[in-house]
Amino acid sequence: MYDFAYHKPGSVADAVKLLTADPEARPISGGQTLLPALKHRLNRPTALVDLSGIAELKGIRKEGDTLTIGALARHVDVAESAEVTSAIPALARMAANIGDIQVRNRGTIGGSVANNDPAADYPAAVLGLGATIVTDRRRIAADDFFQGMFTTALEPGELLVAIEFPIPEKAGYAKMRNPASRYVMTGAFVARLRSGEVRVAINGAGPCVFRQAEMEKALSANWSPEAVANIRQSPEGLNSDIHGSAEYRAHLVTVMAKRAVAEAG
Amino acid sequence: MPEGFVGRGLRRVEDARFLTGRGRYVADLQEPGQLHGVVLRSPHAHARIAALDAEAARAMPGVRAVLTGEDLAAEGLGPLPCPATVQTVGGPLIIPPRHALARERVRHVGEGVAFVVADSAAAARDAAEAIRVAYEPLPAVTEAPAALVPGAPLLWEEAPGNLAFRFEKGDRAATEAAFADAAHVVALDLVNQRVHAAPIEPRAAIARHDPATGGFDLLLAGQSVHNIRDQLADAVFRLPRERIRVHCPDVGGGFGLKNFLFPEYVMLLSAARRLGRPVRWVADHTEEFLAAVHGRAVQGRGRLALDAEGRFLALHAEMIADLGAYCSPAGPACPTNSFSTAVGGPYAIPAMLVEVRGAFTNTAPVDAYRGAGKPEANYLTERLVEEAARRCGFDPVELRRRNLVRHFPYRSALGMMMDCGRFAENLEEAARLADRPGFAARRAESEARGRRRGLGLACFLETARGAPQEWGGLRFEADGTVSILLGTQSNGQGHETSFAQVAADRLGLPVERFRLVQADTAAIPRGAGHGGARSLHLGGGALVLAAEALLGKARAIAAHLLQAAPSELDFAAGRFTVRGTERGVTLAAVAEAARDPASLPEGMAPGLAAEALNPEDRVTFPAGCHVAEVEVDPETGAIALLRYQAVDDYGRLVNPLLTAGQVQGGVAQGIGQALMEAVAYEAGSGQLLSASFMDYCLPRAADLPALEIGFGECPTASNPLGVKGCGQAGAIAAPQAVMAAVLDALAPLGVTALDMPATPLRVWQAIRTARDG
Ligand SMILES: Cc1cc2nc3c(=O)[nH]c(=O)nc-3n(C[C@H](O)[C@H](O)[C@H](O)COP(=O)(O)OP(=O)(O)OC[C@H]3O[C@@H](n4cnc5c(N)ncnc54)[C@H](O)[C@@H]3O)c2cc1C
Repeated sequence: MYDFAYHKPGSVADAVKLLTADPEARPISGGQTLLPALKHRLNRPTALVDLSGIAELKGIRKEGDTLTIGALARHVDVAESAEVTSAIPALARMAANIGDIQVRNRGTIGGSVANNDPAADYPAAVLGLGATIVTDRRRIAADDFFQGMFTTALEPGELLVAIEFPIPEKAGYAKMRNPASRYVMTGAFVARLRSGEVRVAINGAGPCVFRQAEMEKALSANWSPEAVANIRQSPEGLNSDIHGSAEYRAHLVTVMAKRAVAEAG
Repeated sequence: MPEGFVGRGLRRVEDARFLTGRGRYVADLQEPGQLHGVVLRSPHAHARIAALDAEAARAMPGVRAVLTGEDLAAEGLGPLPCPATVQTVGGPLIIPPRHALARERVRHVGEGVAFVVADSAAAARDAAEAIRVAYEPLPAVTEAPAALVPGAPLLWEEAPGNLAFRFEKGDRAATEAAFADAAHVVALDLVNQRVHAAPIEPRAAIARHDPATGGFDLLLAGQSVHNIRDQLADAVFRLPRERIRVHCPDVGGGFGLKNFLFPEYVMLLSAARRLGRPVRWVADHTEEFLAAVHGRAVQGRGRLALDAEGRFLALHAEMIADLGAYCSPAGPACPTNSFSTAVGGPYAIPAMLVEVRGAFTNTAPVDAYRGAGKPEANYLTERLVEEAARRCGFDPVELRRRNLVRHFPYRSALGMMMDCGRFAENLEEAARLADRPGFAARRAESEARGRRRGLGLACFLETARGAPQEWGGLRFEADGTVSILLGTQSNGQGHETSFAQVAADRLGLPVERFRLVQADTAAIPRGAGHGGARSLHLGGGALVLAAEALLGKARAIAAHLLQAAPSELDFAAGRFTVRGTERGVTLAAVAEAARDPASLPEGMAPGLAAEALNPEDRVTFPAGCHVAEVEVDPETGAIALLRYQAVDDYGRLVNPLLTAGQVQGGVAQGIGQALMEAVAYEAGSGQLLSASFMDYCLPRAADLPALEIGFGECPTASNPLGVKGCGQAGAIAAPQAVMAAVLDALAPLGVTALDMPATPLRVWQAIRTARDG
């Protein structure tokens, strides 16, 4: 770890001010991604802006057809929230199966979504439900938010404040874990929204979470595991490593989508 | 319940210390005035060092020294030795110079290039980043078979074709004749993949030098202090051995990896001497993946010849062993000497031939890991037996039954003299536990859920001893405790408990009275440390001899105190009595009296202590039969291990609880090798792709079912305790049992070939290949 300055602002406005004043400063939430990177000297921020003291970033609320989760909600908070469990049980289950208990007790939804690790869980739910990202300055649709490996629409110094999830009619999530890291090797989040829209988001398989249009079409016509069972994902452009070739991940896209639909019921 | 302490599953004396955080490990220990060392490591698998500029680093705040290969050369330090002796054919074992820091050339990613010493570890790390090394990359080869192909990148001029040795053992003519006449011959190409022992405590050491005496002190997380001391003194520093003290506090696991002299210890000692201050180094896990030693890394072809009834006629193994870039101390011995003690397992095979070629590759050195050659030998043997059963239509249990050694002593085709065993009983009991009749119903139940179920059974034979001979001592201390001094070493196995049980029974004292003194060349005159499941066999034997010597001396003192002849005394329950009377004296009282020269017989030195060198060199033959049941998800290739059972013989059990713990740990590591673990280097670049636990998959508690471990005790006469080594056995047994189950599950899908680890990706690929051809 290299030396850095440490700030703990009490409001979003103060945090943004600190981040804007120093382009080399970084926000930190649960630290479950950023701290290991610092320890391995992979990252050299001049300052860390600790968001943990900002009340505006906390809380989980259900209002009408929308579930709003504050950026600082930890994975354990989402997993155990009565609102989430009743409104979007697939999201609560997803949170309950991220990493291990220590990670869930520290890691936050805002940190995970802002980080956009291709092997992270939450991006699949955000994209699969067509959620809206609320920042300190604007609202961004999920379809516009995830832009590539570890890349999002957030501008330098822009803070993720909350995520608004539409409460779906049905949703399900299935994933195959990387056996070593337990991150996602390939996952599928499927949802049928109250508007009737069907969305399928695939994580882990590619460099960035993506929608599977062919599966969405098939499920719109026939919401059943069989509808996706024979849809083949092309391995082209998918990730390949010692744990899973692109072909294997492409195969898992179909298997996980099928299982996610079965789980959604 | 047995009468004494031996045979009782006592909880470990050391647990209270370990579980409450009071264990003392190297990283916990701080020396006044200490400096911190950090190793700059090669990012290249193979490169020439064109230039190394450390001026900027040396000038950084807090930096005390930057050592390079040239500095160590100027100091006159010798290379790290490889004392392994291998019966080679066609030329001697080639041992290229292994300097603590690279000179001119680096040969694997992670090889040490410079050692930075600073006031803090962070300052040393900063300075290491400021060292500029100009590398000229060279082509690299990371797979042993590829390294032996003509034209492969060459690591060492002195080893043409990257060939370190050729080894041959067995009767070639008899083996070839048996294959020629056989009714059945099966052959298999198998890879026993490179794995990493991954003890929870990484390596660490603190070096000190006393300019007044010229003596060194090296405190380390190691397993074999005398060997490390001798190699440092004889080969590297060229000093009298007594000028170097090597000792260990608590050690957090080793599994073989910590037995060896490592380059970092040389860097530390050199730095401590130059700077006149203690220097410490604590590895992180990535350094361990990159630059400790790996294990296994043996592959090749096995063939088994059978007659029409399924009797084994001959076994032939043609292996290639990957040594890595250097000969690590026991590296060349594991795939040769050690492998050939155990090949053929518990079966009577009249003719055997083992041929091994050792290859240099641009990878971290390979050395002993829990079993060290014997897991490889047993895995090959059992895979061949399974293959024979499948190909020739024999029931796998019946085929084994027909071939097990049943009459002892038995001399194997490669000359191992097995004194005793219950191989057949192990098999029968394990087969019964496996509930084979009920398997069809279990398989059907899995299939109803879209899963494939498999049942596997496999035997193993361990040939346990490690280095021959061991030293032991016993000493009554002034505070009333009794020290057990041993040349073997616990690094988590529970010796403080098991050896106390042995001594307690011999001396008739409670176990709490004993303290274990180990792992210190200043306190223990000689010893061969940990390794080869040798501790209770050889160290226990030494302790018994020491106890007998101690009681002989005590008897003389007691006789003097009781004014009787030594032969008139009986010793029982810690007390000498004059036969036929009530007159007696306790051993504790004898020890107390022994402090006072006035109460001793003429000419006897005060104190009550004794030591013994156990000259034993016989091997013990732990053996067993393990059963695994798995379920495969054919869509994802994921495997769930549902049941695991073992019936093992470790001779007489001193502490069944500790034995079960040893077997559990070994089995967990064997399961890890079968299903998860693999060190992966990228072909071409030689980069390590599995350099952290994010990519190197160790089994977790949730991956393992409750292991059902049962024992049948067939005591050996090779030591006075009747014990056989249990430390390595689980890792020797589990891989083939698990793989037999996996292959059984996949057989209906047409899968016949599969190498470890059976990861989801591999299993899925095997299913697809079987389906699509
Ligand atoms: C052992 C381990 C296993 C894990 N397994 C999984 C897993 O299976 N699935 C999974 O999804 N994740 C996994 N994670 C990651 C974990 O979920 C992290 O918590 C998460 O990815 C990041 O959240 P955080 O709050 O810790 O973010 P931090 O580490 O604090 O920050 C991450 C990044 O986001 C930025 N950031 C943080 N908060 C904000 C904000 N409000 N606005 C803008 N930028 C922000 C930071 O600057 C940083 O760049 C694992 C982590 C570990 C250590």
